[in-house]
Amino acid sequence: MARMKFLCDDERCIECNACVTACKNEHEIPWGVNRRRVVTIDDGQPGEKSISVACMHCSDAPCAAVCPVDCFYTTDDGIVLHDKNLCIGCGYCLYACPFGAPQFPQDGLFGVRGKMDKCTFCAGGPEADNSPEEFEKYGRNRIAEGKLPLCAEMCSTKALLAGDGDIVAELFRERVIRREGANEGGRRQSGAPWGWNTAYRKS
Amino acid sequence: MHGTGKLLFAAAITLLAILFTDPLFAADADTWRQIRHGAEGYSAVQGRESGMLIQSTGQDWRLLRNGPIAVLGAWGLVLTLLALGGFFLLHGRIRLDAPRTGITVPRWSVYERILHWTTAILFLLLMCSGLLLLYGRETLLPLLGHGAFSSLAAAAKTAHNYSGPLFIVGLLLMLIAWLGDNIPTAVDRQWLKSLGGVTGDRHASAGRMNAGEKGWFWLLMLAGIAVSISGLILDFSNFGQPRSLLQISHVIHSVSALLLSAGALGHIYIGSIGTEGALEGMTTGRVDTTWAEQHHDLWYEQLGRREKKS
Repeated sequence: MARMKFLCDDERCIECNACVTACKNEHEIPWGVNRRRVVTIDDGQPGEKSISVACMHCSDAPCAAVCPVDCFYTTDDGIVLHDKNLCIGCGYCLYACPFGAPQFPQDGLFGVRGKMDKCTFCAGGPEADNSPEEFEKYGRNRIAEGKLPLCAEMCSTKALLAGDGDIVAELFRERVIRREGANEGGRRQSGAPWGWNTAYRKS
Repeated sequence: MHGTGKLLFAAAITLLAILFTDPLFAADADTWRQIRHGAEGYSAVQGRESGMLIQSTGQDWRLLRNGPIAVLGAWGLVLTLLALGGFFLLHGRIRLDAPRTGITVPRWSVYERILHWTTAILFLLLMCSGLLLLYGRETLLPLLGHGAFSSLAAAAKTAHNYSGPLFIVGLLLMLIAWLGDNIPTAVDRQWLKSLGGVTGDRHASAGRMNAGEKGWFWLLMLAGIAVSISGLILDFSNFGQPRSLLQISHVIHSVSALLLSAGALGHIYIGSIGTEGALEGMTTGRVDTTWAEQHHDLWYEQLGRREKKS
């Protein structure tokens, strides 16, 4: 079985924010919620780096570990999903998540949190695949249609890769080898792509 | 130069060249390290901490909450219950030494009783809903199933968030009402030495509040302040609190709340089945003179003097 992973190549990301826009549009995400964001380090300085980040679908997902109602589940593809019917909007997943993935629409006064929303790897939720209920709560289920996440599919520089972790890692490895200027991989945390040590250390 | 000297020189030059001609190399690795520990960049997506790529304190919070806080908290509560049960089995109720006189004296005013029971009910609601959020997944969820437990947890969360601020009001009113009675005095040392007359032969003297009550009062106030401030930070999260503050607040909140819960179990035991004649003080407002003389002799004397004066 494939183990789905995201990979963002900081040498290629040009901070166009098209992944952010595509995600919002594809899933008709409400105002104030952003499942994906692009962060630029040393913005405006020589050597600035951009990274597109969303839920990384961690192997040992901290959100799932702290959820008081146990609303998270991991699919056979390694995608971390949650059940909005169970979520009580406590915010613990937000405290625990290293990537700032959980989003909360404001639901009333004093910042009362609504049901959590996050990237689904375009895999919907527990409802029937691409049913109106699933679409309304989680957005489109592209995985059920045999497609990969739209953010990566339409990335113009192919900085953002999504899919079977082994294939994604192989693509990146070949890219690094071919790329001019040695030590490309060695610059990063023990050669792993950005975020992989945090998200997939044990798999 | 000799061969080895040449080699060393070449190595040193190469090292210097790497260090000084490629400053990006060093800065780059350093930058990634800083990002790993929460350094922020710029993001067009505006939001709380949206520029932060990785926050690593979340993992610390997860390990604390799911580890020592949950485990030690559970042990603390279980051991408290066992200690109280053990004490009851060994010593039984603390009975009245003499028969009741049938004459009662006023101990708690109507205002004090309303304040006590309102705050007590709020506390129990907060304690039960809080324990449900910490332990429900391991205990009740397997019994109720995900759907029913989620409904219960949602209700618990709402109840917790709304009764919290009201509890703080109760706590502050208690501070005002009972601060004067709870200042430690020399008598308290004697009371503590004999553990309230449990170990000593003679009955320990006490004013309106004995040292045990004073201890509970100050635990309630100190842990109460911690639980209140951290609770407000968690409850009203619409002021842009960073996640690190929410994590610290949650740790302080759960630790102090568990302490208060253990304290409350002791307080409930002593005030109800543990001591004969104690509960009626807080329900009817009056206590038998036998009880007053036995448990709060100095207060009873004072009361008598005041009665004679008026």
